[in-house]
Amino acid sequence: MNEPYLELVCPAGTPAALRAAVDAGADTVYCGFRDETNARNFPGLNFDRREMKEGIAYAHAKGRKVLIAINTFPKAGNAQPWHRAVDDAHSLGADAIILADIGLLDYAHRTHPGQRLHLSVQAAASNASAIAFYRDRFDVKRVVLPRVLTVDEIAKLTREIGVETEVFAFGGLCVMAEGRCALSSYLTGTSPNSQGACAPASHVRYDEEGGKLLSRLGGITINSFEKNEPAGYPTPCKGRFVADGKTSYLFEDPVSLNTIDILPQLKAAGVKALKIEGRQRGKAYVAEVVGTFRKAIDQLAGGHGGAVGAGALSQHSEGGRQTTGAYKKSWR
Amino acid sequence: MTSSQKLSIGPLLFHWTPERRRDFYFRMADEAPVDSVHLGEVVCSKRSPFFDPMIPEVAERLQKAGKEVVLSTLALVTSEREMEALAGAADAGLMVEVNDVAGIPALNGQPFVVGPYVNLFNEDTLKVFAGLGAVRACLHVEASAQMAALLSKAKGDMELEMMVFGRLPLTVSARCYHARAHGLAKDSCQYVCGLDADGKPVDTLDGQNILIVNGTETMSHGYVELAAKLPELREIGIGRMRLMPQDADMVAVASLWRNALDGKISPDETGSRLRELCPDVPFVDGYWQGREGLAWSGDEAE
Repeated sequence: MNEPYLELVCPAGTPAALRAAVDAGADTVYCGFRDETNARNFPGLNFDRREMKEGIAYAHAKGRKVLIAINTFPKAGNAQPWHRAVDDAHSLGADAIILADIGLLDYAHRTHPGQRLHLSVQAAASNASAIAFYRDRFDVKRVVLPRVLTVDEIAKLTREIGVETEVFAFGGLCVMAEGRCALSSYLTGTSPNSQGACAPASHVRYDEEGGKLLSRLGGITINSFEKNEPAGYPTPCKGRFVADGKTSYLFEDPVSLNTIDILPQLKAAGVKALKIEGRQRGKAYVAEVVGTFRKAIDQLAGGHGGAVGAGALSQHSEGGRQTTGAYKKSWR
Repeated sequence: MTSSQKLSIGPLLFHWTPERRRDFYFRMADEAPVDSVHLGEVVCSKRSPFFDPMIPEVAERLQKAGKEVVLSTLALVTSEREMEALAGAADAGLMVEVNDVAGIPALNGQPFVVGPYVNLFNEDTLKVFAGLGAVRACLHVEASAQMAALLSKAKGDMELEMMVFGRLPLTVSARCYHARAHGLAKDSCQYVCGLDADGKPVDTLDGQNILIVNGTETMSHGYVELAAKLPELREIGIGRMRLMPQDADMVAVASLWRNALDGKISPDETGSRLRELCPDVPFVDGYWQGREGLAWSGDEAE
């Protein structure tokens, strides 16, 4: 049986995290420039051009790859920062550029015809026809699948489309179709789509009221915590809301995605690469998650799947809880 | 004066019974002074079998009344069956609105409308769509006046459309939140979304109404209402105004807008009469102002 090697694609929000990921066994690191051209535009994160050059040199010296995410949607009237990011990513030697916007894909494909392009999850290409569009039009070589598909659907897609598929393996769980969610901008005016930040820190507030800690986003209450309850970040889809008089985590409970227990199924589905989420995480987190997945993938390659269980990373999961999300149909 | 600006009735996003849906469209055909009417299921393919058999009859009645019929397609396509439905839409002999990029290859070069669920944020993307046969684009919910003006300059022969009335579709998911609110899963949903003709209200812990759950889609609780922006919309070159069907008197809403477009009533009066028609729902226009979507410029005047 000739199953593909599972490539471990790891996040790097800082040069230190990039080195930590490479040292912990990442095959590939993904990162972005320090501006609104990438979907993790948070203060203190990301790379300037010099850091990117050094990061690529560090990874390449160890035989690893670097992918540069330019995966927000350029603003009307101001495509220039995005065009420059694509040009720089190309000239700095990115092994691939991860793009979401159709106009920007068109620019990259025309301007740098030999450059390897990946389709960002932000493009939300969730079916064979959409993926074929990006493949035929812009010669996209890999698609990062949105977290809306079951393993069976991923297997079928991967057989049909003839481009590599990359899936999310660990970390925060977007429960909406990525790149197609305006909940955060509806409350804050800052768009994850074009400005690269969901629930931006500038709009987050924690207030103590009546012995409880309230988390707010853009002045809207997203959650309320008892004294000894750990307070989560006010991402709109992870809050407590009231429907029919009942209070609940209506969209999703505090929980992290963890696929360690279903790695054999993802591999059998023909998936090419596993993506770890978390460019906003520190290097210790990156090192531990990457190291654990490295071990699990190597065991799987050696025919010892399942030796590293999901419990290995429970302390790095939101609320200590984990899910396989949309990969299992019952989640829906 | 009759305006060259056109009016459309966007796709019905809620799960009304087939009979109510049919009667709604018959009323649109017979009484609503609109140019286009959108049919088709956008939110959840599980709902399609209920109304699909009535589409030919409804389309015929609308066309006989002189309306353009547009078939809007699913916002999030994941299954084989949903792909087949897209192919079917391409063969229906109607103008198709694409709400997932999957619709573009499925149309084999037929002219199409770019729906508001497609990420169209800049001139380069607009030009790619124009080259692929797009004749019209309904702007994304996040579109501001500034973005609309810039896209308008680049639109060439394309027509731009704007959602000017109704709940904004903010996001789609694989998961059904309507079912989840009832302790059910999507597979065994019992079509509980049909219980809420205007969506299920989702309030904050402080009791503030902000969102609406409608099957797999989450929407704004407030209705977008851009009547006061009509002179600006005209100036920018937005050729078509989209009214989203709500659980409200949509013939009256459409008539008000028609009169406003024709200069028979002022934008302000249009706004205050829309307020009378929908007394219990907040209005929003923040995105158009380039702010948070739930903001309302009317607050500043009050």
